[in-house]
Amino acid sequence: MKVVLETLRVAPTALKVVPTIFLVVLFMFLALGLGTERAGAVEPSEVLSDPLLEARAREISQGLRCLVCQNQTIDDSNAGLAKDLRILVRERLLAGDSNQQVVTFVTDRYGDFVLLKPPLKTGTVLLWFGPLLILLFGGVALARFYINRHRQEKAESSGAKPLSGAEKKRLQSLLTEDAVKDTVEGNSP
Amino acid sequence: MNLKFLLPVAIFAAIALAFAVGLTLDAQRLPSVLIDKLAPQFELPPIAAIDDGEDSGEDTGKPYGGGLSSRNLVGRVTLVNIFASWCVPCRVEHPQLMSLSRDHGITIFGINQKDTPQDARAWLARHDDPYRAIGADSTGRVSIDWGVYGVPETFVMDATGRIRYRHVGPIMPRDVTRTLLPLIAELGS
Repeated sequence: MKVVLETLRVAPTALKVVPTIFLVVLFMFLALGLGTERAGAVEPSEVLSDPLLEARAREISQGLRCLVCQNQTIDDSNAGLAKDLRILVRERLLAGDSNQQVVTFVTDRYGDFVLLKPPLKTGTVLLWFGPLLILLFGGVALARFYINRHRQEKAESSGAKPLSGAEKKRLQSLLTEDAVKDTVEGNSP
Repeated sequence: MNLKFLLPVAIFAAIALAFAVGLTLDAQRLPSVLIDKLAPQFELPPIAAIDDGEDSGEDTGKPYGGGLSSRNLVGRVTLVNIFASWCVPCRVEHPQLMSLSRDHGITIFGINQKDTPQDARAWLARHDDPYRAIGADSTGRVSIDWGVYGVPETFVMDATGRIRYRHVGPIMPRDVTRTLLPLIAELGS
């Protein structure tokens, strides 16, 4: 709780950059939006006459990896295998498969690697939550850094505590000791 | 003792380790989901006879009569090799297949992917034929059932017709001595 309050107190400085961040994020999403209406690599001869089925085929294809190029979807790729898989997806749909059944049909043969969005399993927990873990770690480190700096600044601006009696005495003795030494050595100003 | 200075060193070591593992992984070598499973059921026709009006006796003289089906794979340790005349790496592995078949007496079945009968026959006539039987997968559909994403690929099958190993890409001489022969000996005993 204390940590949260302290973080909030340093927040006003951070708030100044919020409009900039907002604009950057906005432009990123706009850039994404421009790319959504792609024709893909689907050839006219492959397209199903039923627009609903075709839409489902496109949706499924965009989640399946082309194993030849590995970083394109089968919807985007011109590779022979991608074309075969596009046709296969449409055939399964025509045969009455649900989207999930079609995807299972493909993963039964090519494994989870064919899915561009990996499923949540014990083996993929780190993949899914690793970034969150790193964000958390970085956030804690950042918060600690700002809190420490804030404390330091507060200590400096509020001024140091006045010296106690014992401290004054010790300071005085140190100063006179130095002065005596200086006089003896002839360095006195 | 303050061990705080070790923190950046530890973070660096962790990142270096992650890169060392990640960068030496071969992204092209995908695990097969079919390992230890029965081969997919299939029935492939033989490479079609060429009806060019001439005497068919000038072919390799080999009977391509039976084609290939999953039933052929049961009874002994075999190799199933996906090949095509248009596949350049297939030429690289061809001498190894010939040696496996001729010198080691291993039964090799061929799946001829997306080829024309003319090209397939000409290829076998020119480079010689290591296969006990060949199925013509003209659409590539059976290859998809095997999870094949590139040609050549080779599967080691045990006597019960289960897939025990998949080799992606051309078989090099060292693959024969290091991997295939020991595995075949182990499965055969």
